[in-house]
Amino acid sequence: MEAISKPVKKKDHDSKLSGRALYVDDHVLEGMLLGRLLHSAKAKARITRIILPELPEGYYVVDKNDVPGINQVHIVQDDTPIYVEDTVEYVGDPILMVVGPELKEVERILNEIVVVYEELVPVLDMLKSDTVFFNYNYAKGDIRKALKEADRVFIETFQTGYQEQAYLETQGMLAYPHAGRMTVRGSLQCPYYVHGAVAKALGYEEKDVQIIQDVTGGGFGGKEAFPSILACQTAVVAKKANKPVKVIFERREDMEFTSKRHPSICTYKVAVKDGEITGMDIDVLFNSGAYTTLSPVVLQRGMICANGVYRLDNLRVVGRAVKTNTVPCGAHRGFGAPQTFFAVEMMMNHLAKEMGLDSLELKQKYMVKQGDSTSTGGKYHFHVPLPEMIEQIEELTNYREKRRQYRNQTGRYRKGIGMSRFFHGCGFTGSGERDIIKAVVRIRKNPDDTVEILASNSDIGQGLKTTFSKIVADTLGISLDRVLIENPDTDRVPDSGPTVASRSLMTVGGLLKRAADRLKQEWQAGEEQVIEEHFVEPDFVIPFSIVEFKGDAYPTYSWSVNAIEVEVDTLTATTKILGAWGTFDVGVPVDMNIILGQMEGGFLQGIGYASMEEMNCNEQGMIRNNSFSDYIIPTALDVPNLVTKIINNPYTHGPYGAKGAGELPLVGAAPAYVEAMENALGVNLNKAPFTPEDTMRVLLGGLN
Amino acid sequence: MVKFMLNGQEVVSKSQANQRLLDVLRHEFRITGVKCGCKEGECGACSVILDGKLVNSCLVALGSIEGSTVTTIEGYRETERYAALDKAYASVSAVQCGFCIPGMILASECILAKNPNPTEAEIRAGISGNLCRCTGYNAIVKAISIAAEEGKGLW
Repeated sequence: MEAISKPVKKKDHDSKLSGRALYVDDHVLEGMLLGRLLHSAKAKARITRIILPELPEGYYVVDKNDVPGINQVHIVQDDTPIYVEDTVEYVGDPILMVVGPELKEVERILNEIVVVYEELVPVLDMLKSDTVFFNYNYAKGDIRKALKEADRVFIETFQTGYQEQAYLETQGMLAYPHAGRMTVRGSLQCPYYVHGAVAKALGYEEKDVQIIQDVTGGGFGGKEAFPSILACQTAVVAKKANKPVKVIFERREDMEFTSKRHPSICTYKVAVKDGEITGMDIDVLFNSGAYTTLSPVVLQRGMICANGVYRLDNLRVVGRAVKTNTVPCGAHRGFGAPQTFFAVEMMMNHLAKEMGLDSLELKQKYMVKQGDSTSTGGKYHFHVPLPEMIEQIEELTNYREKRRQYRNQTGRYRKGIGMSRFFHGCGFTGSGERDIIKAVVRIRKNPDDTVEILASNSDIGQGLKTTFSKIVADTLGISLDRVLIENPDTDRVPDSGPTVASRSLMTVGGLLKRAADRLKQEWQAGEEQVIEEHFVEPDFVIPFSIVEFKGDAYPTYSWSVNAIEVEVDTLTATTKILGAWGTFDVGVPVDMNIILGQMEGGFLQGIGYASMEEMNCNEQGMIRNNSFSDYIIPTALDVPNLVTKIINNPYTHGPYGAKGAGELPLVGAAPAYVEAMENALGVNLNKAPFTPEDTMRVLLGGLN
Repeated sequence: MVKFMLNGQEVVSKSQANQRLLDVLRHEFRITGVKCGCKEGECGACSVILDGKLVNSCLVALGSIEGSTVTTIEGYRETERYAALDKAYASVSAVQCGFCIPGMILASECILAKNPNPTEAEIRAGISGNLCRCTGYNAIVKAISIAAEEGKGLW
């Protein structure tokens, strides 16, 4: 283990363990009002009338007419309304907010409001969508020729469902006007995203808006874009009432109406000639829901990963993110990659069966290595450690032997094992970091020689306060307690970009490293000094063009191999997970405990996605699984034997050799799990999650 | 008016008897270490120790606790046992977002109070009513077993 990897007590340990950490709902301000949204009950309708009851003194109803600035939330495109105009586009679309001193009274008023809808026909099925929000395509080689000359062409479709982030703390925001400015604080990942959105909503100059991240009870992407929406809604109300306003979502409200992982349908057409895979023609379809939110970027990442870790000379990928009248989807750990990695890994499994090979044997034959070109004509610039990772998993699990044993089982209990190989592209997709984010960090040395980190990235549980501080402390050669880091406040920190895309440590941590190196050289004891650093793209990167969909989509990749072993009870259709093993390359861990915690947590979240986290809409477009009773996430009992290993593969351009880590562990759980289910059940499977109900259907002889 | 012991002090609540204990603690007594995650007894973020047992305070009506003893993290953090758990949780960095943690610590106490030498399976069963979305539970399970080992005699 490298010296920097040695674990330390986390910076936020004491306040969180003791219950002293204050989350947004823990703040109570003088004269504060509480708000609740009225959400659309229809998937598509025109609002013809809203009948309000008489409002008691001190209670307000706020809607589109109260938005002083632009009634659109600034995300990527600005089509998400703060409060709906005349039509609603999904069950949950925010119509208005009721606020007042007592939540009970707010709820009474809310229940008495009558909305008269003129119902329109919603589109609930992504296959029937007539609106393509985004589409991209890219190709290399000659896929037409490969298909034409193939001995056989295999065509399959794979499906994945919603995944709810299920952070333990629901969405929440608190806004308060003061001295002509607006402060909004709450549970959020990206202070400057919220900052830009609130300024537009209020029609304020940016300097008149302050955003503060409160201690945040989990994000997983769910607090990337959504908080901008809630912050705009809350700020508009606070402006009208001229009082502090707090809005905390109920769990059911949060599960039904906030963004989730995009459901997908991916179709693979694979050319095989003389026993070789000669090309893949891939169609990626993502369900965006009612508004665009982050769909373009999610789709891009999904498409880039569509050929998995496999070298293909002839490749074409066509992708669309389409509109439906359902809850808008957004960021969720993995960001489009879990969907396509699932599809490609399963496709390869099925091809192997057709060729009379075990999936591992086939996959090993096509695995990329250093120097190979990526799907988009970039390059794998660095060592690809997949071969040694596979051998490590083999040693841990006796994988090959088990695969053989578990073929053709009979009897009530049947075992299976599966393995996935995957990467996560580190940082923003394409040129976003260079062209859009342009991150800036500062470190300030105080006259007492303590050093404060000033960056807009938030610690949402992933340990950023600790890892950022370790980088600065170690570089300067000062103790960790001499490095100070607060939750970001846009009045105090520069825009170092959002807390997303497994970028914070690699990119912003790298800038902090540079700033600390400079401070060390320029250090003057007892003086105040401020050092600022700006993002510079590493010079080895082949510039990415979104127009051509070509170049290095990522500077580097984190790698992983997962294996999962199951035992299916064919009487009850329930599955026990006997073991889950993951080996991960995230460069050098800046803190071993933190990285293990990220890997274990992400892996289990991925196993949830694979096996139990089912969410869907009913015929009216309402999410059916809107509570922890109906949407099951893993408990401590579900995967007792979850083993994670870290391999050392330093990234020369990351701080202390670190690269992206947070999202990687979620990405490959689903294909490993579903392959294990295939192994146990002896059939081909094409969907995730694969739940006990799905197992039951297979056992009853139905379609998977 | 409902009288009960809260973190070692006798208190009288003026809230209505049908109120959730969770809301009474958070709103009337400003005990913010009790977290609200779902209000339907699924997540365990609002766990408190009620007369020696771990309960979801969202499922307890105030009227049912007359004369009872309630411990939240605010009271528990003053104990030697907490100090042992604190050290153990820190040593494996078991705290991520922290939202489940006050409940998780009280669950840890209840496991160890019942059985000072729990097996891994017993620990897992003991925290299975407390959801954590961040850690995958391994670090928390390990922390509890370290606390059991290092804190011998405390439980």
